[in-house]
Amino acid sequence: MTLQECYENLGGNYQEVCSRLPSEKFIQKFVLKFLDDKSFQLLQDSWNQGNDEEAFRASHTIKGMCQNLSFALLQESSSALTEALRNGRSPEAPALYEKVCEDYQRTADAISAYKAGL
Amino acid sequence: MEGQKRRQKILIVDDSEMNRSILVDMLGEEYDTIEVENGLQAVTVLQKQAAEISLVMLDIVMPEMDGFGVLGVMNKRRWIESIPVIMISAETTSDRIDQALELGVTDFISRPFDARVIRRRVINTLLSSAKQQELEALVAEQILEKEQNSLLMIDILSHIVEFRNGESGLHVIHVRRLTEVLLGHLATKTDRYRLGKNEIALISEASALHDIGKIAIDDKILNKPGKLTNEEFAIMKSHSMAGAKMLDGLSVHQDEPLVKIAYQICRWHHERWDGRGYPDGLKGDDIPIAAQTVALADVYDALTSERVYKPAFPHEKAVDMIVNGECGAFNPLLMECLRELSDTLEEELNGGAVQPKPRDVMNAVAEKLYQHSELSASNRTLQLLEHERMKYSFFAAMSKEIQFELTFSPAMMSFNAWGAKKLGLDEIVMDPMENPRIRYFLDDSLLDSLRDVIASTTPADPIVTYEGKMKFGGKLKWFRFVMQALWSEDEPPQLRGIIGKAIDVHSSRSYLENLEKRASTDQLTGLLNLTSAQKQAEARLKENQEANYALAFFDCDYFKDANNTFGHLFGNQLLVHIAERLRQTTRSGDIVSRAGGDEYIIFIQYHQELEPIIQRIYSSLHGEDFGGFTISISMGVATTEQVGVDFTALMAAADKALYAVKQAGKGQYKFYNGTETSLTEVKGASVYTNQSEIIDFEEGEADKENSESNKKM
Repeated sequence: MTLQECYENLGGNYQEVCSRLPSEKFIQKFVLKFLDDKSFQLLQDSWNQGNDEEAFRASHTIKGMCQNLSFALLQESSSALTEALRNGRSPEAPALYEKVCEDYQRTADAISAYKAGL
Repeated sequence: MEGQKRRQKILIVDDSEMNRSILVDMLGEEYDTIEVENGLQAVTVLQKQAAEISLVMLDIVMPEMDGFGVLGVMNKRRWIESIPVIMISAETTSDRIDQALELGVTDFISRPFDARVIRRRVINTLLSSAKQQELEALVAEQILEKEQNSLLMIDILSHIVEFRNGESGLHVIHVRRLTEVLLGHLATKTDRYRLGKNEIALISEASALHDIGKIAIDDKILNKPGKLTNEEFAIMKSHSMAGAKMLDGLSVHQDEPLVKIAYQICRWHHERWDGRGYPDGLKGDDIPIAAQTVALADVYDALTSERVYKPAFPHEKAVDMIVNGECGAFNPLLMECLRELSDTLEEELNGGAVQPKPRDVMNAVAEKLYQHSELSASNRTLQLLEHERMKYSFFAAMSKEIQFELTFSPAMMSFNAWGAKKLGLDEIVMDPMENPRIRYFLDDSLLDSLRDVIASTTPADPIVTYEGKMKFGGKLKWFRFVMQALWSEDEPPQLRGIIGKAIDVHSSRSYLENLEKRASTDQLTGLLNLTSAQKQAEARLKENQEANYALAFFDCDYFKDANNTFGHLFGNQLLVHIAERLRQTTRSGDIVSRAGGDEYIIFIQYHQELEPIIQRIYSSLHGEDFGGFTISISMGVATTEQVGVDFTALMAAADKALYAVKQAGKGQYKFYNGTETSLTEVKGASVYTNQSEIIDFEEGEADKENSESNKKM
């Protein structure tokens, strides 16, 4: 699988990321690193514990990483969740949280598959 | 020299590890980066090394402390004025951006990061801030550097020389001159060390500080006339690191090149070219050239000067000894310089060459004016006058001094603009002694002191300096007053007025006070040393002659055995432990001191029965098991009731009582009763006044390596 195909699978914008970051190798390095990042774990934990402030930060961090990597799909949902958590948990937050979990899974699966093929 | 090629340091503050490493990768290898994951850590890093950080890249949303928190602290501590901040954040709401800009953020980079944008913005930010700093530095450097250097230097030196023996004054001057001459010659042979005029001046100036670490060395070792034991020599060797640490503690002047060079010299002037020196065992040119040169100058001067233990060697012999490696190992190039300078060196050192340099910047300008031949004489005079006037007001503004002029008739006081602003006064104040604002600064006690020093002047010798505390910004701060009394030419002369200046010397003064405190305490235990304890006790005795005082003099039995069995480190721990116990059992008003070796004294005032107090102190010390060694204490106690209000008599009596305890089999305390024979009488010398006898070091262990010449160099 190519990196571009990986981006297609996870709903990212490969064209865009290539225009910003110096090289494919550079992009690849950080895409693979995404799997090790603990922010999503932190989001799940704090969500389950009802710690909305921490959940807001975690969601914010995920949004930032997705922006940097042009993971458009997850960026959109995490961005929406961030706003839904900014001033405490808003009514639409649970649905958005489910969407983030779903998108994260899709993103992580795509990267894992890509990694397995290296 | 160092510093030109220094890579700029960027502090990256972001809670996402991934974002940080993307930034680090994007910035590439041209910059040093420090990564931290929250605001609190960022502040900690800034606290430690604000001066070294060229740029902060700051995220907003973070745990512990967010980006705005960091900006708040940076504003409060005024770091924001010298360190640019680029915000990096996924935040895009405009009020957040406004808020950040208001807090002094230079630039704002939103995600997603674009490699080229990041690099360009970082470079731009660094450039514009470097320019600003350069401009600031230019003014500060040219005008203040020389003055500040020598002031700071003289302050520290004059103080340290007080604590040291007579030979040092001349030694410092010689080493300085030698360093200058050696480096000057070295610069003509090689450009390996990039020695320009400024570097040489700086190094030779800093050379004066090479031995400041000796202030941390026990006087008894420093001034010991005989050979040093291995242990003493090891302590002696710690002076180079101690000196470096003192300079490290000089927070105010940390960034001055002078202090940086002095640090190198202090720390490494006992390194050897072959790597067998101390403290770090640096080898060859790993040793900074400043330290290499001072090391050679230090040795040369020690050889060619007379010392208690040796005559002065002539120049040729000294050079032979150095070149033959009898006194260390040096850079061959430097030794070559030494030999080539042979003809002139003695003359250089003994001639009048050791003169302060003229303040050359302004003189040069004046000379240039002279060279303008088209100016007529009167024009030139006017020019020079105008120039003097400008020079005066420029320096008055730059010098950060409060300058004043006081006349009695009319009663008037005037200030320079800077001083007036600083004090919140008008530049001219009529009837100053009636002015409440002036009397706020010049309170009765300061005024009295200043009157006294002014009264001590004469028309022939009208200038005085006085250091005192002045109320300033709500607290008492140290100021140095330099004043010239204006005496009339009448007979007898009348005091017409005073001109003078007041300089804020609080930070250097506090630092020196701290040094003084360090010089009065025992390095190992932190207790007072005997000299300071005696001084304090005598002041106490004088203050209240009616009160009852007691002095307990004790030592630790079998201490030598403990040292031999468990090692010196254990011995030291034991001494510290005893000091700790003493701190716990004595009251804050008591004077507790380690008199030397394993001997301690306690000086107390008592109101009721004395014995229970002594009993309590004694039993807190005696009989405890310390790491397998049972502490046994022998203590002698004497009181002013018995021997009178005299510290020396108290010591002598307590010493006799202690000696009696020792005779009777140790491990108890005893009150002086007047029937004891004393150690003093047995040995024929007082135990406590002869400092070198107090330490129970094994003599004669010293091998060739720590011969006296090592000791003194």
